[in-house]
Amino acid sequence: MWKKLKRSAQGAHVPHRKNTSDQATRQLPLPEKIVLPMQQHIGAPCTPCVKKGDDVFVGTVVGKAGGFVSADIHSGVSGKVASIDTVLMPNGARVQAVVITPDGKQTKDPSIQPPVVTDAKSLAEAARACGLVGLGGAGFPTAVKLSPKDVSAIDTLVINGAECEPYITADNREFIECADTVMEGIAAVKEHLNIAKVIIGIERNKPEAIDLMFNLTKDDPAYTVKPLPSVYPQGAEKVLIETCTGREVPRGGLPADAGVIVMNVTTVSTLGKFLKTGMPLTTKRLTVDGSAASEPQNVEVIIGTPISFVLSNCGVKDEAKVLMGGPMMGTSVSDEEMPVLKQNNAILAFTEKDAHIPAPGACIRCGRCIAACPMGLSPVEIAGAYKKGDVDELNALMVDLCIACGTCSFVCPAKRPVTQTMNLAKLAQRKGGKK
Amino acid sequence: MADKRNLIVSASPHIVDTSSTRGLMGNVIIALLPAFVASGIVFGLRAIAVTAVTVIACVVFEAGYCKLTNKPIPVGDLSAVVTGMILAFNLPSTIPLWIAVVGAFVAIVVTKQLFGGLGMNFANPALVGRIALAVGFAGRMTTYGFPKTTGVDAFTSATPLAAGVSGIDALPELLLGLHGGVLGETCAAALILGGIYLVATKTISAAIPVAYIGTVAVLSVVFGQDPLLQVLSGGLLLGAIFMATDYVTSPFTLKGKIVFGVCLGIITCAIRFWGNMAEGVSFSILIMNLFVPYINRLTRQVPLGGGKKK
Repeated sequence: MWKKLKRSAQGAHVPHRKNTSDQATRQLPLPEKIVLPMQQHIGAPCTPCVKKGDDVFVGTVVGKAGGFVSADIHSGVSGKVASIDTVLMPNGARVQAVVITPDGKQTKDPSIQPPVVTDAKSLAEAARACGLVGLGGAGFPTAVKLSPKDVSAIDTLVINGAECEPYITADNREFIECADTVMEGIAAVKEHLNIAKVIIGIERNKPEAIDLMFNLTKDDPAYTVKPLPSVYPQGAEKVLIETCTGREVPRGGLPADAGVIVMNVTTVSTLGKFLKTGMPLTTKRLTVDGSAASEPQNVEVIIGTPISFVLSNCGVKDEAKVLMGGPMMGTSVSDEEMPVLKQNNAILAFTEKDAHIPAPGACIRCGRCIAACPMGLSPVEIAGAYKKGDVDELNALMVDLCIACGTCSFVCPAKRPVTQTMNLAKLAQRKGGKK
Repeated sequence: MADKRNLIVSASPHIVDTSSTRGLMGNVIIALLPAFVASGIVFGLRAIAVTAVTVIACVVFEAGYCKLTNKPIPVGDLSAVVTGMILAFNLPSTIPLWIAVVGAFVAIVVTKQLFGGLGMNFANPALVGRIALAVGFAGRMTTYGFPKTTGVDAFTSATPLAAGVSGIDALPELLLGLHGGVLGETCAAALILGGIYLVATKTISAAIPVAYIGTVAVLSVVFGQDPLLQVLSGGLLLGAIFMATDYVTSPFTLKGKIVFGVCLGIITCAIRFWGNMAEGVSFSILIMNLFVPYINRLTRQVPLGGGKKK
């Protein structure tokens, strides 16, 4: 009751639609080409380090990190560089991309060998060499995450297995199919960063993953498997930290300021695989689902595979809307030739009938957006301040804390595009005014 | 790719829940039905006629105003029907029908549409309609119909609140609504049933009615009044459940709703105990409606991570 007085933060009861929870991952055949945009992470774009006609192998670096906050990009096929092109990304940016024609042999790069990791620094180096980014969707370079300013202040590693978006089961399958590398990745981070406690957070709608992790960790008191309420957005970093540790990440701060590092389960598992084999991040498990998908399934695809190839191999037809990611936060793509990116975890295709949301009506000030906002913000008041161009008020309302999770739009009875307004308000706050 | 598809592109989220303004208003109408039926039983067909005329007038005024001002006609959202029903419930069954129409005009045109329509009004439209009529037609508004069961159709009968009977003795009459009063307020059982429905369907939060009614009950005990009578008679239940919980004119947060409800209780008791009117619910709600923007500002939630300095 007292907590509710401070902040309602109900979240949203989104439909789960986890049709593919029990579907083992199927490997897709080689596409005719792969397209590797030089920006598949938060931070500086990569620079292509190959040119047209070069031979590349599986695991060859084709894009060099453009700075500290950046991550190398590797080829997932052996073949020839067909061109260095410019592609339009789902967010509207144009970036350089390396286009590779596979030769079908899938020859490994001869230089690939498991890394030698002895301390925190070499672990971060390994993550860097792996080209690893946050695979839950954010795409934040893992090497940066593993290099906190004050590593001694970190006492908890939270593994994000919430997977709160509808449809997506890719992380669930990672737990089930790759439990060993999940555990190895966690153990490496725990050991080298000297973190005392590990909390593996999994939503209750994934009982198989919860049981499995519980059995694997029950003999080690440093590990806790925490079943989480299946309420959206349980997997949002700050929400997850609060649920798992009771701590709040301060405004403008990072999880490290709350003594926590959060890693997505697939990210940590990919790190585990890299430590074992030295093979960088070149493939990704995707959930392919949605009303236009006749055979919902989990597939393993080579990063850079065009979405059209994934769709046609998964029995998708009559799609009117295609999403990269989940229906709450995913981006709708304008062109099916767009490639699968590192941080993608789902491709969802919807028929015309499900491609539209109802037309907006007048705001009735019911306050449901306020009750639902997981961050405890006041979307209706933020929308009002934005309309007036009142930046001081936007600051007072802390719009910068908005995580754009979509909950406010989801619950709005007037079907107003509240999340979109929140994003515009954040922009206005950053720019110090509308004009 | 010979046949390149034109894909639909939109901002996230790409799914929304099934709630709608129309659905919420529909829930309020359903919650008002028990009291509507009770009014028909207690006061007879005349009560049904008053409600029908008020609802029709509200819908016609809403549609007509929007037509005249070239705005989309919003009657499909059912909010005018809700306003009409609540306004009618605040009128005595003996009211001349043209006065009910005047009330509908004040509610819909003056209070709601002139301020910008749904979501923009500063006070509850039905409430302002009722107050305008109470001030303008004081005599007519207090000529309460007496329950049909007595066989007498209309004469000025005091409400239990004004007559000062004891709550325990009058309990069956209070619950069933067999006493004088405006047509929707007398049957406590029907109003409580509607309130339970609204809370169960999550149409409203229980915070405002509970805080409001609780405050009235506590203050009644403190000041030596009969709490049962104070709670079950007069317009308290109708006001607390259906008028103080109007989304547009009540605070957003749980904290705000509790502050709002407690203040309503204090003002209502002040008017009832020491004012020169027997009834204080309408004016309490109107007064507190005006404070809602300030309450909202002072009772904001603490955002996650927003309470601490980095």
